Amino acid sequence: MSHRLPQGGRLIDRRKPRTFRFNNRAMRGMKGDTLASALLASDQMLVGRSFKYHRPRGIVASGAEEPNALVNLGTGDRFEPNQRATTTELFDGLVAKSQNHFPSLDFDIGVVNDALSKFLSAGFYYKMFIHPRPFWKHVYEPFIRQSAGLGKAPDAEARDVDTYEHMYAHVDVLVVGGGVAGLQEARAAGEAGKEVLLIEQTAHWGGRAPVDGGSVGGGPVDKWVDETVAALAEMPNVRMRLRMMGAGVYDHSYALGYERVSDHQPGNDAPRHRLWRIRATEIVTATGAIERPLSFAGNDIPGVMLASAVRDYVVNYGVTPGRRVAIATNNDDAYRTALALADAGVGVPVIVDARSEGGPLAEAARDRGIRVEFGMGVGRLLGGKRVTGVGICRMDSDGSALHEIACDAVAMSGGWSPVVHLWSHCGGKLNWNETRAHFAPDPARAPTGADGQAFVRAAGAASGALTLPEILDGAEDWEEAPLSPVWQMPAQAEKALQGKSWLDFQNDVKVSDVRLAAREGYESVEHTKRYTTLGMATDQGKLSNINGLAVLADALHKDIPAVGTTTFRPPYTPISMGAIAGEARGALFQPIRRTPMHDWHDAHGADWEPVGAWRRPYAFVQNGEDVHDAVMREVTNTRQNLGLLDASTLGKLIVKGPDAGRFLDMMYTNMMSTLKPGRCRYGLMCSENGFLIDDGVVARIDDETFLCHTTTGGADRIHGHMEDWLQCEWWDWKVWVVNATEQFAQVGVVGPNARKVLEKLGGMEVSADALPFMAWADGEIGGFRARVYRISFSGELSYEIAVDAGQGQAFWDALMEAGEEFGVMPYGTEALHIMRAEKGFIMIGDETDGTVIPQDLGLNWAISKKKEDYLGKRAQERDHMTDPDRWQLVGLETLDGSVLPDGAYAVEAGWNDNDQRRVQGRVTSTYHSPTLGRGIAMGLVRHGPDRMGEVLDFPVPGGTTVRAKIVDPVFYDREGEKQNV
Amino acid sequence: MKRYSAFAVAREALRGNAGWQRAWGAPEPRPAYDVVIIGAGGHGLATAYYLGKRFGITNVAILEKGWLGGGNTGRNTTIIRSNYLQDASAAIYEKARSLYETLSQDLNYNIMFSPRGVMMLAQTHHEVRGYQRTAFANNLQGVETEFIGPQRVKELCPIIELKGPRYPVMGALWQPRGGTARHDAVAWGYARACSDMGMHIIQQCEVTGVRSEGGKVTGVETTKGPIGCSKLGVVVAGHSGVVAEMAGFRLPIESVPLQALVSEPIKPCMDVVVMANTVHGYMSQSDKGEMVIGGGTDGYNAYTQRGSFHHLEETVRALIETFPMISRLKMLRHWGGIVDVTGDRSPILSKTPVEGVFINCGWGTGGFKAIPGSGWGFAELMAKGHSPLTAEFGLDRFTEGRFIDESVAAGVAH
Repeated sequence: MSHRLPQGGRLIDRRKPRTFRFNNRAMRGMKGDTLASALLASDQMLVGRSFKYHRPRGIVASGAEEPNALVNLGTGDRFEPNQRATTTELFDGLVAKSQNHFPSLDFDIGVVNDALSKFLSAGFYYKMFIHPRPFWKHVYEPFIRQSAGLGKAPDAEARDVDTYEHMYAHVDVLVVGGGVAGLQEARAAGEAGKEVLLIEQTAHWGGRAPVDGGSVGGGPVDKWVDETVAALAEMPNVRMRLRMMGAGVYDHSYALGYERVSDHQPGNDAPRHRLWRIRATEIVTATGAIERPLSFAGNDIPGVMLASAVRDYVVNYGVTPGRRVAIATNNDDAYRTALALADAGVGVPVIVDARSEGGPLAEAARDRGIRVEFGMGVGRLLGGKRVTGVGICRMDSDGSALHEIACDAVAMSGGWSPVVHLWSHCGGKLNWNETRAHFAPDPARAPTGADGQAFVRAAGAASGALTLPEILDGAEDWEEAPLSPVWQMPAQAEKALQGKSWLDFQNDVKVSDVRLAAREGYESVEHTKRYTTLGMATDQGKLSNINGLAVLADALHKDIPAVGTTTFRPPYTPISMGAIAGEARGALFQPIRRTPMHDWHDAHGADWEPVGAWRRPYAFVQNGEDVHDAVMREVTNTRQNLGLLDASTLGKLIVKGPDAGRFLDMMYTNMMSTLKPGRCRYGLMCSENGFLIDDGVVARIDDETFLCHTTTGGADRIHGHMEDWLQCEWWDWKVWVVNATEQFAQVGVVGPNARKVLEKLGGMEVSADALPFMAWADGEIGGFRARVYRISFSGELSYEIAVDAGQGQAFWDALMEAGEEFGVMPYGTEALHIMRAEKGFIMIGDETDGTVIPQDLGLNWAISKKKEDYLGKRAQERDHMTDPDRWQLVGLETLDGSVLPDGAYAVEAGWNDNDQRRVQGRVTSTYHSPTLGRGIAMGLVRHGPDRMGEVLDFPVPGGTTVRAKIVDPVFYDREGEKQNV
Repeated sequence: MKRYSAFAVAREALRGNAGWQRAWGAPEPRPAYDVVIIGAGGHGLATAYYLGKRFGITNVAILEKGWLGGGNTGRNTTIIRSNYLQDASAAIYEKARSLYETLSQDLNYNIMFSPRGVMMLAQTHHEVRGYQRTAFANNLQGVETEFIGPQRVKELCPIIELKGPRYPVMGALWQPRGGTARHDAVAWGYARACSDMGMHIIQQCEVTGVRSEGGKVTGVETTKGPIGCSKLGVVVAGHSGVVAEMAGFRLPIESVPLQALVSEPIKPCMDVVVMANTVHGYMSQSDKGEMVIGGGTDGYNAYTQRGSFHHLEETVRALIETFPMISRLKMLRHWGGIVDVTGDRSPILSKTPVEGVFINCGWGTGGFKAIPGSGWGFAELMAKGHSPLTAEFGLDRFTEGRFIDESVAAGVAH
């Protein structure tokens, strides 16, 4: 059984117990434990079930590579699935549950898949579940989905209560990994005066070295670590962060750091995670190496661990996975585990070494009285939910002749693979090292930046330098004999054994699966991966990918480097979605823009509508009304008395400079350069392809200054559009564009009483003579500095008045107060829409959809014939744009006075070549008009303007058809008498 | 070809899976073929398959620079829908969707088409009106969609937040017969069927030049030597401009990275596909349990199959607003592919200035869903010189201004 040793454990504090719950059972650990070490201390070796066969799974590793020990962590709004127990620091009150089983961890009915595993070989699901067709959706898929998945889904209504931060760092050198190599790199860079950021994913400096031993300059390596950390802490140009992982490396020397700030003390005031966006001139990956498992039958039984993990648990946490721990290896390093176990008083019944001989470490083990069997391998492991013994055989045999030795845990080592993920994320290439049987970074083919220079460098074990003397000057350690690559144990393992030799422990991929994939032609390593799911588990192949590649290479009779690796993709280990989103959540996610009168609207019944980044009142709902009633009232009141519209959201771009007129002549279809100061002109803006993209009133302020109104949603886009042309095409034109939208509060004062209320407030002259239609003037109204535009989007007498934004609310209040006797009421966007439709004015986004040109909308009058060019002119001359069959703007009136359904199509006889109903037009805007007391609509119809009075059929789902007559699109005050008064 | 079935799986299981054959061959190229297709992705393989199946043209080679299905076919978020606005788009995507429904049976390869339903959220009044219009159009195009209200949205997808502080969910365009499929399997299934018809799929064979005489194609140069043909189909999303240049013409295309990501797997919690175009993100749950997430294209043209991380931040942020429960899930992996983007965001299936050279490209961010329809129509175009499915997608539309612009309805996630 696994248990806590009476002494030892360099990272734990035995005086500080910690209590936690696992599967509703109370357990105890100690300060400094990981959840994994605490579980082992409580003899909880079985921690989960595998993905496909639901086989029992135990802790295999001690770090980020752990594929099995994933738990549902926490509860309620702090619940998180798939948390690795090996990287979860224990805290008081931690609650964890194992995953992927029903009804319990010990008795999981899903294990029936294991019994059927013979039938569930790689890719079986591509070959069956084909018939009968409906069964995939209704039977097979639901079953597969239910048995797949790992952790529990958070509750649908769970709302993450933690916060997340984004941080930035710009440094000369980013060192990823705080082991001895990283510390040394950071120190060298720091001493050279460089800005350094050193990050380490665990809570401790030093990496593996303090566990593995060795000496530096005659002293223990721990001492060197402590001294170096202390020296670095003294350097003002060096920043050091623990619990921060290098998540990814991207183009242009960009790196991502993932800091788990308070996972180990949830609920404190700190953010939970930080995402660091780092620009470093140089990135040093000192990310260490990961030990490989050995592929032998039964290597997935709980109690089988990486030899290095066993060593970690013994040395760091004072925990052993068993009382008798057998060791299987192909290298010298695993003997360190044997020595550590022996030092701790744990029995090591046998070391099975695939090689014919070992080095001094092996001698040392023998000297301690440990039985060492060279030339031998594990033929089969004994046990079910727990290892009970190991059957050993000759390495060069087929594994049929076994010699059984009792044990309750196995430490295995298949050699070490450098962690090359960060090196590879951005294109760094690898070399195969034949001697050490691993891929390591090729310094000659590093990721390069814009200048062609390498910006990533690997150091320490991550570069393939696996021993302490290779990494640190003056270091001494055991001399190691070379390993012997072992990809299947024993070498001639019979098929049945291959079918029990796991490669990917989480996804249940076995040696036999990879061989089957190769035989079926899934020869590319990517095909094998995708066909078998090798390396697609949450550890992303950290543990077993190399073993899998080697098996594939063998099956294809190719060299391992010829097979190559799959693509390394960020992040190195999974990072939280919350951290990726950062602070911009809830109210901070695309913050709402508010006009100066926003709060007033809110207090006066505004029914809000999102428009661009703004909220605009759709209508102001009064007591006892519904929204529709309110809209009708607002239209009627504005037509009869006086309405106020908050028009502050309309874009206001100031275009200034000697070439401003020339520039606007290009931006608009109209001639803007001839506009006189003091006058306004309605303008149309088209894309290069000729399509109408925005409209608005342009006012000429002075010779060199124009103020261009845009649609609410278009302000930022049109500003960008102008800048694009100015910066990329006409960079030598003397024009400056400023988005002044937020500098002004703008109020539409609309209706027959509009002039009266302004005259009552007093100030500048607003008579028809002084301020005729389409004129503007600066002045003062009711004591407010104002710019007044005599423009109308409703067909009524109308003034749009801009005041300083800070005066917006006061001005609005003044208008409301003065307007009371004139029947003033605010109105919202829907009343605005109805009034403009009654008047036959088009609306960008309603009558246009990115496929409509001004000519379709009867707007030829707004297209200058005198100009040589404007954006879209040439496009509008193309064949399809001048096609007389284009759909054109008309008004539509239903025969029964009802409101035409929005977006409905008018059909004509027959079907096209693709069996679709032929259509001849569509509804673009449709409303109930309180002014006319009936439904009115605008639409685009083929040859529409030539077909006045014709009746069209608009089918609606359900089989009915609405009939509507083609009419003139101007329904109200065709002569413009009202707006011109 | 050995048929796949539960019976075959059981029989093979009992004899150690020794009897399975290669799913597709690994032939050496012949000197010439009737038709050469460049690109063994979904679209190229589907084209070859329907050339054989519909027109009896089987002397075909499909050349692949890397491994088959390794481009965008193996990198997308596997969504299948046909709720397009314009007639030409709706026709080809609906053809594809309907072929997907029976593709597993057709190919005798389980591509796991899962008609779980696709909804596109309406989060502004403008979107509501746009999707109502699309529903009307679809009704006349024979595409089954409807506009549904927020309560129905919540019933279909309980993890959704209807009342987000920024963009409330006002309804959705719902296509019940849309869904997902296993993307790799689509390529593999077609490859197996093509190989079975005697076609040659030649992997690790990069085309380095296009040969022509008198304005007519005669073959290609490859890393495995010259290969002759009288008809050449170029189906190389991400590198269309490069191959077109070899053939001597230019394309109105930009190549842009498109990224996607998956979470760690969790138990089933989302049974439908949801696209939120206002906030730029979409999500579904794979059969394995991963939340599969995508967004819009990167802002910069590139050929690297990576992309910028900040773009993913936008996507994830948008989806946390839409599905707040994913905040504590973890991103397992993110990746990128290169998509061809045309000016009107619609594909090009066309003859070209070089006689005998046909091009199929420009699928932008929406190619996977189109694979069977694209292959169906493109094969007809190559075999007969005309197809009603591809008629509107010719190169000439850019000079005539006859665009097929879906941006009104599809926003970013086209």
